[in-house]
Amino acid sequence: MSVTLDIRLKRANKIYHEGETVAGVIVLVCKEPLQHHGISLNMEGLVNLQLSSKSVGVFEAFYNSVKPIQLISSNVEVAKAGKIPGGKTEIPFEFPLLTKGNKVLYETYHGVFVNIQYTLRCDMKRSLLAKDLSRNCEFIVHCQPQKAKVIPTPVNFTITPGTLQNTRERSLLPKFLIRGHLDATSCVISQPLTGEVVVENSDVPIKSIELQLVRVETCGVLKVCRDAQRSEYQIAEVCCHGLSIPSNVFPGGHCHMETHSIS
Amino acid sequence: SAVSEKVRTRLEELDDLEEVGFCPHRCVCIHQDYANRIVEPNQSLKEAWSSDQKVKALKIVIQSCLFLGRLVYDRIWTMCSDSGPLPDSFTVEDVNDTAKETCLNWFFKIASIRELLPRLYVEAAILKCNRFLNKSDIQETLPRLTAMIRGIGDPLVAAYARAYLCRVGMEVAPHLKDSLNRNFFDLLGTFQQISGESVQSQLVQQRVEVPEYLTLYSPAISWILQCIAYRAPEPLLMEMMERCKKLGNNALLLNSVMRAFRPEFVAARAADFIGMIKDCDEAGFPKHLLFGSLGRSLACADPPESERLTILNEAWKVITKVRSPQDYINCAEIWVEFTCRHFTKREVNTILADIIKHMTPDRAFEDAYPQLQSVIRKILTYFHDFSILFSTERFLPFLDMFQKDSVRVEVCRAIMEVFIKHQVELTRDPVILNAMLHICKAMHDSVTDFFICVALTLEDERRSLALLIIGFIRMVSFGRDFEQQLSFCVEARATFCNLEPVLVQLIHTVNQLAMETRRVMRGSHSRKTAAFVRACAAYSYITIPSLSNIFSRLSLYLLSGQVALANQCLSQADAFLKAAVSILAEVPRSISVEGKIRSSESFLLDFISNFLATLLVVPDHPEHGVLYLVRGLLNMVQDYTWEDNSDAKVRVYVSALPLLAAMSQETYLYCIPKVDSNETLYGGDPKFLSELNKLCETLIGQILDHLKALGRDEHSARRQSALAFSLFGVLLAHGDLRNNKLSQLAVNLWNLSHKQGHCETRISVRTLEYIKHQAQQPDMTHLSDTVQRLALQSRT
Repeated sequence: MSVTLDIRLKRANKIYHEGETVAGVIVLVCKEPLQHHGISLNMEGLVNLQLSSKSVGVFEAFYNSVKPIQLISSNVEVAKAGKIPGGKTEIPFEFPLLTKGNKVLYETYHGVFVNIQYTLRCDMKRSLLAKDLSRNCEFIVHCQPQKAKVIPTPVNFTITPGTLQNTRERSLLPKFLIRGHLDATSCVISQPLTGEVVVENSDVPIKSIELQLVRVETCGVLKVCRDAQRSEYQIAEVCCHGLSIPSNVFPGGHCHMETHSIS
Repeated sequence: SAVSEKVRTRLEELDDLEEVGFCPHRCVCIHQDYANRIVEPNQSLKEAWSSDQKVKALKIVIQSCLFLGRLVYDRIWTMCSDSGPLPDSFTVEDVNDTAKETCLNWFFKIASIRELLPRLYVEAAILKCNRFLNKSDIQETLPRLTAMIRGIGDPLVAAYARAYLCRVGMEVAPHLKDSLNRNFFDLLGTFQQISGESVQSQLVQQRVEVPEYLTLYSPAISWILQCIAYRAPEPLLMEMMERCKKLGNNALLLNSVMRAFRPEFVAARAADFIGMIKDCDEAGFPKHLLFGSLGRSLACADPPESERLTILNEAWKVITKVRSPQDYINCAEIWVEFTCRHFTKREVNTILADIIKHMTPDRAFEDAYPQLQSVIRKILTYFHDFSILFSTERFLPFLDMFQKDSVRVEVCRAIMEVFIKHQVELTRDPVILNAMLHICKAMHDSVTDFFICVALTLEDERRSLALLIIGFIRMVSFGRDFEQQLSFCVEARATFCNLEPVLVQLIHTVNQLAMETRRVMRGSHSRKTAAFVRACAAYSYITIPSLSNIFSRLSLYLLSGQVALANQCLSQADAFLKAAVSILAEVPRSISVEGKIRSSESFLLDFISNFLATLLVVPDHPEHGVLYLVRGLLNMVQDYTWEDNSDAKVRVYVSALPLLAAMSQETYLYCIPKVDSNETLYGGDPKFLSELNKLCETLIGQILDHLKALGRDEHSARRQSALAFSLFGVLLAHGDLRNNKLSQLAVNLWNLSHKQGHCETRISVRTLEYIKHQAQQPDMTHLSDTVQRLALQSRT
């Protein structure tokens, strides 16, 4: 006797904002009528933190995992113990996406040290002989779109041997001058991060220019980690001096552009 | 298993290209197939790369990209709507969320490709999918991608990436012209890179010459320019040209401009372009290619009239200096069109001379037949006046370069076809005649060369060539200079001795010439013209035996005999007819007609009837006996081995009877002016008449014997009836039925033919009616007796 349990959200992209209603249906499919001891639906938002060995000691990081912080939680009983008729049964549900008290509903984020996740969980209790059924479904929370449009603040930058921080022997470096700008310092997650790089001059031929995105994961006021993960993007191969090269990168989460590395 | 399940679903998505047939080990099979599909382009990519075809390698990549783009688009398209497929003109609102989500996912995934080039290509490949997301996205994406290409280091790779982006852009958003222009200007910006250190050292390393390397750019640049030039306003093109000038007239660019822009545009500024070509760097892009491109434009659009000569001079100055014969002819061939279009034979002659000069050393022409043929074709398109064409000094020497038989025949044939189509007036121009004879001879010799003739040349081929030569012969006329015409025929006979249809035509021409002479002299020849027509007869007499087709020979002997007779050449006519009689025995019993074997009997009977009709007017030869030719013919007929079970011989006898009857008349039915027939020779001499009677009796005796023989066999009753009836018909029409014996014979024949009931009653009835009608004529009353004895078949 097989039965399948599924949660289907109304929105295909599963993206919700604070104050909206998470709506969908629980779908039960079974061939014959099914006896059960109750179906419940649970919504939960959790922040999981893990300490990085860089910000605290190695051992501390190993032992002291921080307890998950709950952002939102609610539970409803969908159906009392009883029988479900054979075939496909759909049970609609709705949850308002509201926080209790003064907690902030952070955006969904899957990082290395920080994990913010919102899930729906449906449980069906059954008799002793049959296993309980359970189903998880993640949905994504985005911040409310900002009402006032942010005026992008372009940033100009210049890179020379002198501005590099991660080298010791500056005298060994060849001379070069790279200028560029970023179109904005903060940008919408679905839009590319754009800017331009101009190689003004360089003593040695350039083989490749790559753009590195460095993630800094924070949660609230707590700075969890710096350079948690780097994403590199090649924006140019051997290139032509004086020609501006655009840099377009889609950030995959909360990112700040940190450095240009030249290899 | 779960893995194979997954593989299968993946593959089914991929598999819309070709159906994999039913296979018991589907999973395994598909695995292999899938692997092959992945490996195959990979392999060809590697091969292309290692064989130094970098451009081909790029093309394979682009192909794969396009394929991917199509797959992704189609997949999302099918996801778009639950209720059937979307129309092609859908808008963003029609697309459901799932499809949008999938599409967005594609874009995000691609955006996270680390390397620039794949990221660029794949995003360009699925550019069309932007339609599912947003109206304005393509408008924003195209410039972004265009700008991204700047990051590509290798200028050649960048050029092709641009070409690809333009191609996708034209397909997805043809109205967005700006990014095309942007691409082009960026491309111009990278030109200095080509001469840069890294590219140059790479070329040295790969041992690629600079000009060769530069030509690799051409397709990409031409494509981009073509996209830009498509329906572009004039000022834009002008601006493009100005930009090229600013770049120090980069030859590579110039070449693409000339190829991509409208020929009218290029032609109007041809002088400018020539100036720019001249200013180009010698070492880079080969100049003959530049002139080739210019020539191609000028072949379809006309430059201002005042500039044409200068253009030609300037262009040819460069072309003539091209060393490699192959490069030279490729370029020269293009310019022939321009020259033919606007100039006279003088300029064309110069060019032909130049081509000959370049292509003759080391027999370079052997590798350039297609181009040389194209030169001839172009000339023939513009020059239809053959007196001009052939008086172009170097034209015939040019033809001499076609030394391979098959090519030469093809060229000659092309010339002949144009000649026959466009030469409307008869000609005697010695220049044309000489040249055409030369060409025809070339054609004739190549197909009748012994080995080819036996082994290779098809009958059809020979026939069509013969037709062309005949077409030429018919166009030749020397007007009243008949002797000249005859000597032309003599020459032609010597030249085309291996093509029978041509010989036949020549004999006809000469016969016509004789008749024409007769017409001019109004029937009475002077001593000079008499000698001339005898010469014509002699021509035919010695030409006919060389024909292999026996029926051609027979009919030409007869025809020439008639012509000789008409021209009062009695002994010649006699000779022709005698010759015809003498070869009758050679006629085979079956001949091939249009590839099928058929009995020759009906042809032979036709010919003999025709021949007999002519014999009426042929006077007997004084040295031979009476009715010499008639007897000769009948003897021939008797000795001929006719088919078994055939009545042909007897039918000849039946048809000879009317002739003999006609000969016994006091005045003959027809005669030839100024020729005395037997009627005058013998003047109704009783000896002559009895000779005729004796002959008739012999013939009728033979026929009756045959009828008797037929009677012995039941199966031949029908034949007997038909033969008896035809003899009855002859007796009725030509015999004198007042003679009782003859009348009795006629009645017997009638009865014989009706004995077995094989006669058609309708014909019998009509014959009877005819006889009754005749019987009412004043001197035919005797027929009424006869008719009473003719009984219709009783139908019981």
